[in-house]
Amino acid sequence: MTRKNKDRLFTILYHALILAFAFLMIYPLIWMVSSSFKPTNTIFATAANIFPEKATVENYIHGWKGIGKTSFFTFFRNTFFVCIINTLGTVVSCTLVAYSFARLKYKLRGLFFSLVLLTMMLPGEILMIPQYLWYNRLGWINTYLPLIVPGYFATSGFFVYQIKNFIDSIPRELDDAARIDGCSYYSILTRIMLPLIKPAIATVVIFSFLNNWNNYMGALLYLRKTEKYTVSLALKLFCDPTSQSDYGAMFAMATVSLIPIFFIFLTMQRYMTQGIATSGLKG
Amino acid sequence: MKKKSHTFRSWLYKENVAGYVLAAPFILGFFAFILVPMGMSLYFSFCDYNILSPETWVGFKNYARLLSDPKLMNSLKVTLKYAFFSVPLKLLFSLCVALLLLRNTKATPFYRAVYYVPSIMGASVAVSVLWKQVFTTDGLFNRITGLKVAWLANTKTAIWILILLSVWQFGSSMLIFLSTLKQVPQELYEAARVDGAGKVSSFFTITLPLLTSTIFFNLIMQSINGLLVFVQGQIITAGKPMDSTKFYVLYMYEQAFQFSKAGYASAMGWVMVLLIIAFTVFLFATKKFWVYEGGY
Repeated sequence: MTRKNKDRLFTILYHALILAFAFLMIYPLIWMVSSSFKPTNTIFATAANIFPEKATVENYIHGWKGIGKTSFFTFFRNTFFVCIINTLGTVVSCTLVAYSFARLKYKLRGLFFSLVLLTMMLPGEILMIPQYLWYNRLGWINTYLPLIVPGYFATSGFFVYQIKNFIDSIPRELDDAARIDGCSYYSILTRIMLPLIKPAIATVVIFSFLNNWNNYMGALLYLRKTEKYTVSLALKLFCDPTSQSDYGAMFAMATVSLIPIFFIFLTMQRYMTQGIATSGLKG
Repeated sequence: MKKKSHTFRSWLYKENVAGYVLAAPFILGFFAFILVPMGMSLYFSFCDYNILSPETWVGFKNYARLLSDPKLMNSLKVTLKYAFFSVPLKLLFSLCVALLLLRNTKATPFYRAVYYVPSIMGASVAVSVLWKQVFTTDGLFNRITGLKVAWLANTKTAIWILILLSVWQFGSSMLIFLSTLKQVPQELYEAARVDGAGKVSSFFTITLPLLTSTIFFNLIMQSINGLLVFVQGQIITAGKPMDSTKFYVLYMYEQAFQFSKAGYASAMGWVMVLLIIAFTVFLFATKKFWVYEGGY
């Protein structure tokens, strides 16, 4: 075999291997979507077939009715509400704090920044019971406050870190020039920095939205009334075998709950990749 | 009056003041949503407390009980097993895939995206629900392989299904490895080739040493996440069968919310904090033996 042929064979094998493996990786997701279009009683019997013999949207219509008298429309509305309001606060507060760490010199900056790093080592599971006890005292149980308010106080260390890193990469000469022109630190942030750090802000918006969308633990702890449930909590209860065994509806609603994530992934992939590569944001 | 507001403005515009003003959200938030709750839970960890009625101080009773609670020891064992297998497997796997995807072809961005999908979906309830159905007795996996194993009902296999779910979500560690790998200057490999080094030996003498600090970072973050596994366990197995997947945080959650032992659960939380600190300090102590921190 000539060298060229050998190379070509290797390339074909390489792509075949990677594609086959990629297919295997996402096969469970493909199965979920395909099952959601199969009549419920045939899902497990035909599990090995990718394409449903007779596609039906029955599962979606049935599943959308939700739990009791509350439909998935309410759960989606609640989730979008929490996601948008929390993300708004997260972006604003994290930007302010990150800018102060990146550009301003003040006495306790080092201490505060090490506290930010500390919060990165304290995931939600550790704070679960302490925060529950505290919010219980504050009378925040069965409200959206525990899911929203902390976002306004830059408590996600990863986001602060992400924006700070981005600002660090912007030349300081820009700030100095603006200072000479009479800009205050606040207007440097709004007029000079803000347009430049858009990519970092986009990354924070995406990940904050996704984290909120997937926030199951918070909903599980704080939301008690069915009308207040977010999609993740509703989906879990919807799928509990005690409440029903309509697998078709279950797959259908699981699929619907992933649509926003998938949409963000398709449109914002560049920012997501950057966020993970530069500061290890979870995804 | 006018003068006063002017001096307030110039005070507000001072660097030392502006810094605190801009950092204020974090300072307040750290106090209100981290320091106060953690302080409260530290206090309650020394109390009998069922959330509804006032607490009574019991000293070290909760901590003493931890030592003699066989269920707690079991949950610790199960959690360590989960972390011990899922973290290295995930890192190894993500490194291998990252190396495979380093070749620059037209299709590479597409492959990267596909491999990343499970990771981005993984945190959602939908995927946990799906995973449960894939591994039920008449689920997808058994249908395809022709096996008849009740994966989730068997004390030996259930935890492996959860480990597999964690490994399946290797995408974000893969991206971190990829971005480090891309920064390695090509001249290093060329120089090695001139010196007669093969692909394998240049991997072990160039690539791997340069990756150690990324591996270190990933190892710490993934281990903490591994020790705190909760949502997947709660949804997929809920600790069953026979507590073989009753992870530490899951047990802590049950103690607090099903058995109303918030004091005991707080003590459990603090023990986990200490374990994580000990683990992190230990890893940092080993750093100088295996992490390469010089330049290229």
